[in-house]
Amino acid sequence: MRLAGTVRVFAAASLTAAFQRMASAFEKAHPGVAVELNFAGSQTLVQQIQEGAPADVFASADETNMQKLVASGEIAGTPQLFAHNALQIVVAAGNPKHIGGLADLAKPGLTITLCGPTVPCGRYAGEAFGKAVLAVPAASQELDVKAVVTKVALGEADAGIVYVTDVRAAGSTVEGVDIPAASNVVARYPIAPLKSAPNPATAAAFVAFVLSPEGQKGLATFGFLPR
Amino acid sequence: MTSGVARMRRSRREGVPLLALVVAAAGAAVFVLPLIGLLWRGFGSDVWEALTAPAVRTALWLSLVCSLSATGFAVVFGLPLAWVQARAQFPGRTLLRGITMLPIVLPPVVGGVALLLAFGRRGLLGQWLDEYLGLRLPFTTAGAVLAEAFVATPFFILTVEGALRSVDRRLEDAARTLGAGRWTVFRRVTIPLIRPSLQAGAVLCWARALGEFGATITFAGNFPGRTQTIPLAVYLALETNPEAGIVLSLILLGISLAVLVGLRQRWWSVL
Repeated sequence: MRLAGTVRVFAAASLTAAFQRMASAFEKAHPGVAVELNFAGSQTLVQQIQEGAPADVFASADETNMQKLVASGEIAGTPQLFAHNALQIVVAAGNPKHIGGLADLAKPGLTITLCGPTVPCGRYAGEAFGKAVLAVPAASQELDVKAVVTKVALGEADAGIVYVTDVRAAGSTVEGVDIPAASNVVARYPIAPLKSAPNPATAAAFVAFVLSPEGQKGLATFGFLPR
Repeated sequence: MTSGVARMRRSRREGVPLLALVVAAAGAAVFVLPLIGLLWRGFGSDVWEALTAPAVRTALWLSLVCSLSATGFAVVFGLPLAWVQARAQFPGRTLLRGITMLPIVLPPVVGGVALLLAFGRRGLLGQWLDEYLGLRLPFTTAGAVLAEAFVATPFFILTVEGALRSVDRRLEDAARTLGAGRWTVFRRVTIPLIRPSLQAGAVLCWARALGEFGATITFAGNFPGRTQTIPLAVYLALETNPEAGIVLSLILLGISLAVLVGLRQRWWSVL
């Protein structure tokens, strides 16, 4: 099948680097197709789509936000999980505050930034603190996961909770401290074409590409876990 | 002279060309329609319920505190700065004026980044504040005030400096020859002369501070009750509770309209 036109992909901020690579691989596989990417917190993307922003594909960092679009009838078919992710504590390179785990975040005198409670990474962080029975006061509730990384990279915050993939994407300015499986949370990433997609064939092809062995391999190189 | 008068008469008789009228109407629609949209969606919702929601009240109160503090900053620091820029002769004055006016045209997010690099924990001055005074501005209400003051103070300076330049200096000189000291002249002659501009500048500055978003979220972050002012709350509410977001927007719209009406004599008559 010969595909053409533009496919507009609204993807969670944590997918930024992985989907940029995904888009160029898809464009290479289908000459004549252009991928437009829009990254933001999943909750922001849901709002944009509900307010009528033209989108063909939605890739969310959690099922809650995907479910909102299913409920409002914007999704074509059934969303499919395409990746998993784990949480990690992001700290400045060299870990100057010697943060060894979640419990250390509750120590006084530390500045901790988290995602806001409506942002997927914020909700996941809340779940992780719940499992570890910890109350960690946040200095700021950022609007997407990249903002948390930025605050730590700039040195304004001592630590934050982000995805493993964000720490990896941020390079050498920050490093990650693992959260043991017992209190970690598995982030589930669903993807689906939108009913209003102006270009349904290309939208379906992009989703299929993400789920394909090639797409999955690409995600794995950025640290995402297989679906 | 005669031909000028004739031209004026003719242009008055001709009226506005249809094309200009159509394009102007399309231009006006860009301003009018969003206003109508806000009112249309806003009055369908329960304004009172949204207003009494604790989160909204917190944001409103915080916005009030921050914007008034930022205006206070503007008056305390902006008035002397405006005076220096209007009256003193020194090398680099033009540069100083340019720098103090810059935030008017600077994208607020860039302002926020610049503030981080100056007053952040690793910033030029911020690292010393942190080390010796234990003072940290990011993620604090003081940081939100600073972000608002950075963006809004230039509006105060601009207004007041203009007024200081247009003051009839002979009145001040007369007071001096009658034996008044410089401070007395400033307090009893200059200030009363520029009072309307002081008021207009303060109101303008306050309105700008109240609406500040980009610099605040970049520099001060977002936390309810600490740095989450109304514009931030509007943005976040749109994602969780659009009704509340729209009602908050209506409140800001009402305040903006009140400011405009309050300043109408000063501006509309001039324009």
